[in-house]
Amino acid sequence: MTDIAAAPAAQVAVVHAPLRGETPWRLLLRKPTFVAGAVILLFWAVCALLGNVIAPHDPYAQQLLATNAAPSGAHLFGTDQIGRDVLSRVIVGSRDILIITPLATLLGTVLGTALGLAMGYFGGAIDILVGRLVEAVLALPVVIVAFLFLVALGPSTVTLVIVIGFIFTPLIARTVRSTVLVESQLDYLSSARLLGEKSGHIMFVEILPNVVPAILVEFTVRLGYAVFAVASLSFLGFGIQPPTPDWGSDIAANYGVLPAGYWWASIFPALAIASLVVGVNLVTDSIEQVLSS
Amino acid sequence: MTAPDRVAGTGGTGGMGHTLTVEHMEVMYRVRGQDRLALRDVSFRIGRRESYGLVGESGSGKSTVALALTRYLPRNGRVSSGAISINGIDPMALDEAALRELRARTVSMVYQEPGRALNPSIKVGRQVAEVYEIAGLGRAAALERAEAMLRKVQISDPGRVMDRYPHQLSGGMAQRAVIAMALAAEPSLLILDEPTTALDATVEAEVLDLVVALREEFDTSVLFISHNLAVIAKMCDRVGVLYAGELVEEGIARDVFDQPRHPYTVGLLRCIPRRGQRKDHGRLDTIPGFLPPPGHNLTGCIFVPRCPIAEDRCRAAAPPAFAAGPMRSSRCYLHDRTQDLPRNTPVDVELPARRDAAEPIVRLAGLSKTFSSRGENFRALTGVDLTLELGETLGLVGESGSGKTTLARALLGLIAPDAGSAVEFDGRPLGGDARRRTRAQLKALQIVFQNPDSALNRRHTVRRLISRPLSRLAGLSGQRLRDRLAELVRSVRMEERHLPLRPSQLSGGLKQRVAIARAFGGGPRIVVCDEPTSALDVSVQAAILNLLVDLQAKEQVTYLFISHDLGLVRYLSDRIAVLYLGRVMEIGPAEAVFDGPHHPYTEALLSAVPSLDGQRSARIRLHGEIPSAADPPSGCVFHTRCPRKLATGVCESTEPPLLEVAPGHLMSCHIPIDELRILQRTGQAP
Repeated sequence: MTDIAAAPAAQVAVVHAPLRGETPWRLLLRKPTFVAGAVILLFWAVCALLGNVIAPHDPYAQQLLATNAAPSGAHLFGTDQIGRDVLSRVIVGSRDILIITPLATLLGTVLGTALGLAMGYFGGAIDILVGRLVEAVLALPVVIVAFLFLVALGPSTVTLVIVIGFIFTPLIARTVRSTVLVESQLDYLSSARLLGEKSGHIMFVEILPNVVPAILVEFTVRLGYAVFAVASLSFLGFGIQPPTPDWGSDIAANYGVLPAGYWWASIFPALAIASLVVGVNLVTDSIEQVLSS
Repeated sequence: MTAPDRVAGTGGTGGMGHTLTVEHMEVMYRVRGQDRLALRDVSFRIGRRESYGLVGESGSGKSTVALALTRYLPRNGRVSSGAISINGIDPMALDEAALRELRARTVSMVYQEPGRALNPSIKVGRQVAEVYEIAGLGRAAALERAEAMLRKVQISDPGRVMDRYPHQLSGGMAQRAVIAMALAAEPSLLILDEPTTALDATVEAEVLDLVVALREEFDTSVLFISHNLAVIAKMCDRVGVLYAGELVEEGIARDVFDQPRHPYTVGLLRCIPRRGQRKDHGRLDTIPGFLPPPGHNLTGCIFVPRCPIAEDRCRAAAPPAFAAGPMRSSRCYLHDRTQDLPRNTPVDVELPARRDAAEPIVRLAGLSKTFSSRGENFRALTGVDLTLELGETLGLVGESGSGKTTLARALLGLIAPDAGSAVEFDGRPLGGDARRRTRAQLKALQIVFQNPDSALNRRHTVRRLISRPLSRLAGLSGQRLRDRLAELVRSVRMEERHLPLRPSQLSGGLKQRVAIARAFGGGPRIVVCDEPTSALDVSVQAAILNLLVDLQAKEQVTYLFISHDLGLVRYLSDRIAVLYLGRVMEIGPAEAVFDGPHHPYTEALLSAVPSLDGQRSARIRLHGEIPSAADPPSGCVFHTRCPRKLATGVCESTEPPLLEVAPGHLMSCHIPIDELRILQRTGQAP
């Protein structure tokens, strides 16, 4: 009862004095993990934007006399089964994945946030109803969901964005809901209600800004998974269709000749995927640390 | 800091060996590559069996002292100079093993939150027994000793308590268990850091009594740290007043509180309402300004920026500790002039007389609220009848769990009362849900919440927070809104420069001012103040209370003032309602309720409050905690704890009606008022 909040702050206040003039940006730039991740992402972003200019060869050009050529001066990453330059395909192949990944994550985040806000704020029947739906979606294996969409919409970039966004929506909704529930305990919502604020105002103007940090963390975490999801679905043939250069489908096209010793056509796209996932995770980890401190 | 000659040597009990000696201790915290002084030149001693109080506001360094003594400072903190000696041992010189030994056998600590001091996954009995096992006892013997120890801390059924996990104990019970653990090692020095701050007043009183009794039995020296001056006055032989990391005054507790010799102590004491002070007469004084920021480099006296009598020499060099009497020291050049320190606010203010209206502004009739959870019904409020008269302040008191906040929220429409309850405003019924109330009704009823951190949206600026009620409820916009905003900001004593800031950039007092401005923005008729100062420091509290009084006089509003602090309620209220288990036990004019004859529950609440004057000795004590609202006792709900329960059995069987015992003074008790008067006047313990 008496002064629960007043007394114990003494040494805490001294130790964690407010970080004046320390913007989140400057804190981030001081983290080596963030810088490393950002460099990787920047590299792939440049490849995605200027791929056709940077690529040493035409990624579609077949050289039937130089199929499965090992990495050499002429082809740094070698050539694939129909003699296309692997390096060029890896460079140009970054484009679609770099477009799909953020769009899909964004779609999932927007839908998930809307659902989560509604569930957490209204509670009761809405919470139970939407909660059950969310659980139902979560229970379905990803590949089945993807397959249903692809059958309905046909394989395309847009379909991939929708599939991944749909899969992420319940996950993000759950996180947002629990954060909203924590916020709902606070008196500023009562205060808003006493000013006669409408539900929409309370949800989007009062609560949402306080939930944004949690959403941002969730978004960045999902981004890493999205890279993997896009690559996996492409690998399974659900996504970008050949002959368009794409890491996932290129691995799928070439891993059959791995036992014959032609490793370069599969390994280099795989490394590209790995580097992108690592880059995203390095960046997201640092953002998470800065936001939560 | 340069330490000038130490004039005063305030020893403990006459040159005997001391349990604790601290000499010129300095503590630094390293914050982002810079050393910041948290304690400077702190010296004090605690004699054998002595109880020493360390009092100060948040940020003064009280807890840092406790942490430094036992080398529990966080990694970025260090004792940069000075000497500490506990029983002749210097904790700074010890290696890991010896330090563990010191903490295990010589010094024990009890913190504010008992829940955090106990391991949640180990049964209480095992945790207490562990202390004995470390001391070398076998498992069975240790458990036996633990049981005896728990009995000593007045846990009535130790066998059962030992078999429970910490979360199954109430706060008071858990703190007893922690104290039992602390004393199990029979330490020479017991450090209590705000041990009762998280507890209810009635439980606090019991725990403090316990500490007093155990200190005598165990022959222990005590370092008692608290922000609560009255608790320190009750518990301690000598006291040190800490301000911004410096021990500004020290002496025998009675002397320090009766005749403070440092302007800060004088100011602090003037911030606390005492008997006979009321909002219009003997007004609380305030200390202007703020604590110097950590890492400041003031060359002179640290209190200069806030001191009304500072002279040039105060700014030039820090004052040494002057001997200001027997066993007294004060770090003030003007220590003999502190008695007539000028006030910052006038003693008496003219408050407009209340106009007696025929009709009350709010009438609650048969107000009940039942919460259901897992098939159990908790009756938070049961048939409460209450009126609020125009322009008055109605104080609402009771322990936690008595239904104070539920009543306020039901009045505001934040929770819907049970069917059959009536809430009337201006003679017309009010809907149970704020969302269905008209704008005029919303405008009329506002609240200042207990915790501004929770009540203010931390993502919004002060400007936005205060403007919103002006546009929503007062219907202002454009230039008129800006004018009213400026006026409102001034009237809560804030400045324009605060407007673009966010709550996190404000101090606790300023945050609460924003919350008050918000409540007053719409031009309310009734403002509920739900413990508005309990999260604030004493000096800030006084300023907020005076502000509330001034605003009431200016805006002619009615207050429902909720507080567990009876001193505050008495200072502010015209009438007082006492709540217990969701029922009104007593309601009446403030003087009548406080001076008695009063309900035995009111009597117990009053007895539980330690007072600075030390005049009222505890007459009756409540034992145990408030019963569960899921299963209230039969008859009079208070009979399970009532010290004056009648032997006839009527208290157990029949619920007493709320009857008028004097004009405007209602009470719900079977004991006739004349009998209560005799019992309570003679101070007769039951």
